[in-house]
Amino acid sequence: MDREKLITMLHDMLLARAFEERAAEEYGRGNIAGFLHLYPGEEAVAVGVLHAAEPSDYIVSTYREHVHALVRGIPANSVMAELFGKKEGCCRGMGGSMHLFDRERRFMGGYAIVGETYPVATGIGYTIAMRDLPEAVICFFGDGAVNQGTFHESLNMAALWDLPVLFVCENNHYQIGTEIHRHSAVPEVYKRACGYHIPARKVDGMDVLAVHQATQEALTQIRNGTGPQFIEFETYRFRGHSMADPGSYRPRVEVKAYEKEDPITIAIAESLPVYPSSEQIAAAGPDSIDQLATHLDQAGHLSSETLAELKAGVAETVEAAVRFATESPEPSLADAQACLDCNRGMEVLI
Amino acid sequence: MAETAYWEAIRRAHDEEMANDKLVIAMGEDIGVAGGTYKATSGLYDKYGPERIIDTPISENSYTGIGIGASMTGMRPIIEIMSINFALLALDTLINAAAKIRYMSGGQIACPIVMRTPGGTAHQLAAQHSARLARMFMSTSGLRVVTPRGPLDAYGMLKSAVRSNDPVIIIEHEQMYNLKEDIPDEEFFRPLEGAEIVREGTDITLIGYNYSVHLCLQAAQRLEADGISAEVLDLRSLKPLDRETIRKSVEKTHRMLVAEEDEAPVGVGAEIISIVIEDCFYALDAQPVRIHAADVPVPYNAKLEKAAIPSADDVYQGALKVMGKI
Ligand SMILES: Cc1ncc(C[n+]2csc(CCOP(=O)(O)OP(=O)(O)O)c2C)c(N)n1
Ligand SMILES: [Mg+2]
Repeated sequence: MDREKLITMLHDMLLARAFEERAAEEYGRGNIAGFLHLYPGEEAVAVGVLHAAEPSDYIVSTYREHVHALVRGIPANSVMAELFGKKEGCCRGMGGSMHLFDRERRFMGGYAIVGETYPVATGIGYTIAMRDLPEAVICFFGDGAVNQGTFHESLNMAALWDLPVLFVCENNHYQIGTEIHRHSAVPEVYKRACGYHIPARKVDGMDVLAVHQATQEALTQIRNGTGPQFIEFETYRFRGHSMADPGSYRPRVEVKAYEKEDPITIAIAESLPVYPSSEQIAAAGPDSIDQLATHLDQAGHLSSETLAELKAGVAETVEAAVRFATESPEPSLADAQACLDCNRGMEVLI
Repeated sequence: MAETAYWEAIRRAHDEEMANDKLVIAMGEDIGVAGGTYKATSGLYDKYGPERIIDTPISENSYTGIGIGASMTGMRPIIEIMSINFALLALDTLINAAAKIRYMSGGQIACPIVMRTPGGTAHQLAAQHSARLARMFMSTSGLRVVTPRGPLDAYGMLKSAVRSNDPVIIIEHEQMYNLKEDIPDEEFFRPLEGAEIVREGTDITLIGYNYSVHLCLQAAQRLEADGISAEVLDLRSLKPLDRETIRKSVEKTHRMLVAEEDEAPVGVGAEIISIVIEDCFYALDAQPVRIHAADVPVPYNAKLEKAAIPSADDVYQGALKVMGKI
């Protein structure tokens, strides 16, 4: 992989982290409301997968999708404005955090009903197959989502009809507060795909290069017309399930182990009754982002100045996005009606 | 008497019913170890164990079906669906099985499940987490649908529901879990049928259920300041509906308004007005008014969300319209 691309990936991971931490702050200020599900800790998955995809591929995601949207190229301004519910948001303020869409970038939506993404993605795969194009659809979902009936039904049909679908499981080990061993009889998620003869593997989701490579291999197979592929990425979310969830059901040692923190500090933190603040989490020194930065550094690709420049750049992007979102006008009820009417008229909003 | 929050009332009903009968179990996502999204089962996992307070995978249709199967063979499952939006995934087993098993078996086999689920908008939960859907359940033969407006009914109706041999859907509301009310310390039950006059009045009947009762009560207070005496009627049960109490109230006040949070045109309001027309048309002195949400999925934007769903002010304005004051 060339240096440019590696640096871009690092940039996107840093942007993802900065964007999400800022979204949490804006939620605290009341500028964002509803359910806000954040992605810190899981950046390597979205960045690795989406950098292996082509612009002509389609993406279907869940309610934890801000980062998928950003990496896909939806401007931070328009994602932040959507989180603020504003008219210049990518869905005109009608969708909000859990429902980001962008037709041009083939970002086919964030869905908040768990298990909804599989049939939608499989249907998109059907269109691609009918057109006989070298495209694919990437379907994101969590570990908790694989117990919905649609998972099995869609995998079966995708395999039966050789559809170009890449199923991507973001296994962060939790279905809100229920740990995977308590929600799944078979906690090795990828093994379930074998029941439908879908080639499947498990990959370290904290290592962005491994994620990228595995995705590239899978997409190459799919473009060869051999049908669906399945990858389970093992990852971890540093925050609670959503801003409404302190995540206090998780052993602190477990959280800290993923953050690779000093065990003594862990022991001290363990005695604190509260979930660590975003400052503490940020100070813990992250994970997959660190891994990539270290890799780049060792390969002689990254100087500390470049890293500092990247960080300053994403901070400015996020700052500008918040400014944009703040200044963007509010939509009206007539705008809401227009969004509905365009649906009815089979027309397209410009 | 003790001041009790809505969620505490539900928790107490669970606790008492589970203590009373070993066959009562509760199931749902995150209700056990995590204590439930709305704390309605908090502490009960430690008390009754994982076999009776069951943390389920995200498999609404199947765990509802599992509850149904268990209920057909003697258990008394209380199924919590985290949000009414997800109840849509359980509609197959609920409507095709639970509602019909007793009927299809010629009355041999009952299906005494209770499904509890919050419907309604909260704060910017957006289109897929703001459904209300009461109208859909109330249109299904074979189900009971109740809508407790406060802790008293939340407690007393859940207890009755557990002991009922019918499948009962209890529709709660995202915005009511912290609502407080004094409830007796002694055990009591509240009927699963029958509307209730929660405020007496003589000039107009404001009809609501669940959260919209509170909108009606607020509107009634403002109307009083204008010299209009409003009666507020809580439907309590949407299936069956209490036609008698509706008729009596309208015959007394000669004017009516019905408030629902759901988007019209099809809905609770349409049904209530049909009843009024069928049962006491000649008692009416003015055209009835329906207050309901705008005919769009709930927008995410905060101001729009407010604009799209009914408020106490909408009920007040609607009442003035019925009274011919605007
Ligand atoms: C059908 C349905 N049931 C329940 C929920 C509530 N819910 C939202 S996210 C979630 C957990 C999902 O866990 P997982 O699939 O592992 O994704 P993660 O949030 O960990 O990324 C649940 C139960 C929902 N949104 N939809
Ligand atoms: Mg998960």
